[in-house]
Amino acid sequence: MIDFLVHEDGDSVGTIVVEGVKAGATLTGWVMEQDRTIEVKTLNEIPIGHKIALKDLGNNATVIKYGVDIGRTVAPIKVGEYLHVHNVKTKRW
Amino acid sequence: MISKDTTIQGYRRENGRVGVRNHVIILPVDDISNAAVEAVANNIKGTMALPHPYGRLQFGADLDLHFRTLIGTGANPNVAAVVVIGIEEGWTKLIVDGIAKTGKPVVGFSIELHGDHDTIMRASKAARELVQWASEKQRETCSVSELWVSTKCGESDTTSGCGANPTVGNAFDKLYAAGSTLVFGETTELTGGEHLVAARCRTPAVKEQFLTMFNQYQEVINRHKTSDLSDSQPTKGNIAGGLTTIEEKALGNIQKIGKKCMVDGVLDKAETPTSPGLWFMDSSSAAAEMVTLCAASGYVVHFFPTGQGNIIGNPILPVIKICANPRTVRTMSEHVDVDTSGLLQREMNLDQAGDKLLENMLRTANGRLTAAEALGHREFVLTRLYESA
Repeated sequence: MIDFLVHEDGDSVGTIVVEGVKAGATLTGWVMEQDRTIEVKTLNEIPIGHKIALKDLGNNATVIKYGVDIGRTVAPIKVGEYLHVHNVKTKRW
Repeated sequence: MISKDTTIQGYRRENGRVGVRNHVIILPVDDISNAAVEAVANNIKGTMALPHPYGRLQFGADLDLHFRTLIGTGANPNVAAVVVIGIEEGWTKLIVDGIAKTGKPVVGFSIELHGDHDTIMRASKAARELVQWASEKQRETCSVSELWVSTKCGESDTTSGCGANPTVGNAFDKLYAAGSTLVFGETTELTGGEHLVAARCRTPAVKEQFLTMFNQYQEVINRHKTSDLSDSQPTKGNIAGGLTTIEEKALGNIQKIGKKCMVDGVLDKAETPTSPGLWFMDSSSAAAEMVTLCAASGYVVHFFPTGQGNIIGNPILPVIKICANPRTVRTMSEHVDVDTSGLLQREMNLDQAGDKLLENMLRTANGRLTAAEALGHREFVLTRLYESA
């Protein structure tokens, strides 16, 4: 069972692809580009399609997905934490 | 699944282009002709009215785009014949003459000096003859390379970027190799990934044209914005689906152009491409606007990947929906043509997903109705550039 997807090694985030993820669960992720699996313990309940942090990020840190910059943190984020509009913002516009 | 030898059963039009539908449309030049157009379509079964809210007091580039979109819609090979109705004779004739260049039957009626009753009667008589004529058109064997395929995604979420959009990208890579004519657009929704598109442009000149269009659209955003657009780009639906920033949305969006296609040229809105290959069209990212522009450019089949479940269709362009979000596939199944949710569980690979989409495309081109067609989605939305005079 794959719980989350990672586009490639080095990405800061994974995408949850199952419903009903609860805090404290150990999740299995598939790194698509390198075709390997990893495990991360989630700190929060995370809805399907939403993201989990794969590394500790400080405030105003760059978030990487697809190997590319997708924005900056506006609060420190820990491994396994729910990462979305409450703690990440665009660098554009 | 697809090679240069792959064939479809299509309608070959007078100008040689291949269509996959055989519509007779009743096309208004302007908003106040909608009532007459709808009356004609109601009188004559098998015709279709395309009402819209514009066409009065537009000027300059905005008027040019209006004319180009209406003429392009009528000229589209999915359309067998056209009845045009407008309030004034001059602009009505302009649309008729533009469509007539394809060689297909087109007749125009203006309402001034006649009124609705007389116009509806005369236009209905013409429409009856055209729909009976069109009903005898037969499909014939055509090459898949003659198929023009467009793409635009909507109500995207994070599954779009890892499932539905790469499926389109895989299919585009295969169609590109087979010599098809392809297009993508959504200028603002490339924000954060514009460097990746620029790197895929065939020549330095194409790259420069692309970046000029991209930067001009950024100026539009900057001129009018009152916030960081975090309620519009990404949309509320995108955010509900897990997309956090425009950059993340753009990187998912770009998966639609695959890994091998090169961007061979750029198009203005509703402009017709001049050769096979992958084209970028400078366009709005609003679904119905973009799909309407694709139809006006001459595209005959559309790939529409979605995550959260956009339900859009088009009156003349079959819109094939691709979805990889298992929840959307479960809750909105009547809107989904191609389910690629297996990608997220490693149950299918991208090559298989691309082939599944192409298999559906061939059946759709041969006549199978899409979900959006069966459900009656006929969103015809004209792009406006600025205020009327």
